[in-house]
Amino acid sequence: MNDNNNHNDKIIIKGLNFYYGSKQALYNVTIAVKENEVTALIGPSGCGKTTFLRCLNRMHDLYAGNRYEGEIILDNANILDKGLDLIKLRSKIGMVFQKPTPFPMSVFDNIAFGLKLNGISKKSELAALVEKALKDSALWDEIKDRLNESALSLSGGQQQRLCIARAIAVQPDVILMDEPCSALDPVATAKIEDMMTELKRNYTVVIVTHNMQQAARVSEWTGFFMMGEVKEFDKTQKIFTTPSNQMTEDYITGRFG
Amino acid sequence: MMRILDRHKRDRFADFLFKGVSSFFALLIIVLMLFLFVVLAIESAPAIKAFGFKFIYSTDWNPVRASFGALPAIYGTIVLSAIAIVIAVPVSIGIAVFLTEMAPKKIRGPVGAAIELLASIPSIIYGMWGLFVFAPFLSAYVEPFLIENFGFLPLFRGTPLGIGMLPAGFILAIMIIPFISSVIRDVFLMVPPMLKESGYGMGATKFEVIWNIVIPFARSGIMGAVILGLGRALGETMAVTFMIGNSHDLSISLLDPATSISATLANEFTEAVDDIYLSGLVELGLILFAITFVVLALSKLMTMRFAPQKGRGKA
Repeated sequence: MNDNNNHNDKIIIKGLNFYYGSKQALYNVTIAVKENEVTALIGPSGCGKTTFLRCLNRMHDLYAGNRYEGEIILDNANILDKGLDLIKLRSKIGMVFQKPTPFPMSVFDNIAFGLKLNGISKKSELAALVEKALKDSALWDEIKDRLNESALSLSGGQQQRLCIARAIAVQPDVILMDEPCSALDPVATAKIEDMMTELKRNYTVVIVTHNMQQAARVSEWTGFFMMGEVKEFDKTQKIFTTPSNQMTEDYITGRFG
Repeated sequence: MMRILDRHKRDRFADFLFKGVSSFFALLIIVLMLFLFVVLAIESAPAIKAFGFKFIYSTDWNPVRASFGALPAIYGTIVLSAIAIVIAVPVSIGIAVFLTEMAPKKIRGPVGAAIELLASIPSIIYGMWGLFVFAPFLSAYVEPFLIENFGFLPLFRGTPLGIGMLPAGFILAIMIIPFISSVIRDVFLMVPPMLKESGYGMGATKFEVIWNIVIPFARSGIMGAVILGLGRALGETMAVTFMIGNSHDLSISLLDPATSISATLANEFTEAVDDIYLSGLVELGLILFAITFVVLALSKLMTMRFAPQKGRGKA
């Protein structure tokens, strides 16, 4: 890949293989995720992009029988190491899911959840950090009067932005997004895309998306996955204008997928 | 054209018939319940006339002098059910958490099946086991411990007999655990995996996810499970009759022999020779009917209050 910018590699993935039991789902994935940039992962359904994303915070460890091979280097340490503290890893890597997943508690408590897990218990401190997270995610003006309401009473788009606010409240290094707009209408989607542009000033973002326009709009780097392999990984502009792989071209021009 | 019209007519009739038959069966339940209530009311009329409200607040139950006060039995029924629920609910939540979140797949099935099998053991077996095995154990180890360490509370005074309110409550708890835990397990299984993953994704531990996310999300279902258990506990007869000691003396201590409405009925129906005695027992039955009805109706209202929360949860 042609590397002519000054951003550092945040996560370096080397020769990653992943198995669901005996079924291999990822083959020799080798890419580097740049700090403070958005990396988009595209590809047809079942190509392994979500599987890959869930390797980055070891989410697969929740289920028995899953196995990793290779290396994922984050801050000079291999996060696939056996003895790794998963709790610590996951508090450094936030995740946003395909559908909004507000916890069954108030708006305030949703955001405070991660903060409390990290040992912040002083009320004034919590309130300040919750306010900051909501302001950073441009939700504050909309919901500042509803902090004590159930998070489930917000609209779908607000819920999803709340989930992003919840993820950034603990100031992680990396934010993973798994098709964050797939359950949202175009207006809510546009708001989330605006957020992403803001987010990358402080965070490294990796986003899985089915929407190629979205990938083109929000990301600096794009990886094209197919059948568990990365077929092409390059600058987004290059992927969408002059892809070097025939399959990438076929996919982004809508010839299959 | 003609044939199509005929078919419509025939179908409409079949639909009408179907609706009629299913409404009939549904209404039958209500009629049956009303009928039960009416019979209980008629049969207990002599006792109601003779004792009035005194029946409910008097503690004097003396068939020989034809004096009937049901307070010990009513108190016993309510306290017994409360003990059983207080013991059974935390245990059941623990079982459900283990089965859904912790147990390896291989263990899940057998343990789940074993718990459900507990529900199929006849209640008289629980009573016999309680009386011959559990009661001696309680009187030798548990009750002396309670008296020694918690004897400053009036709840734990008296002689370690092994029978009484607390022992009966224990047995009752064991009997309702299968019902409560299997409902709670099913409710836990309905918590969206993505919701739990978001918790883990924030760096939460298993306990934090279960305590802060799974249980709050499932609370209306948990309430439903508690109601189911409570309904069974209020009416349970045989095992309680074996364990409770069948004494009409009202005592605040949970270690003393006591009685419940159902235990009184089971013990005394065969001995009730005169009409007023029989009528008094039927009135006890009427009161049990009313308590059960009120408790279940209240809990149903509470579940309905929680339900919208869950309905809106799109996650």
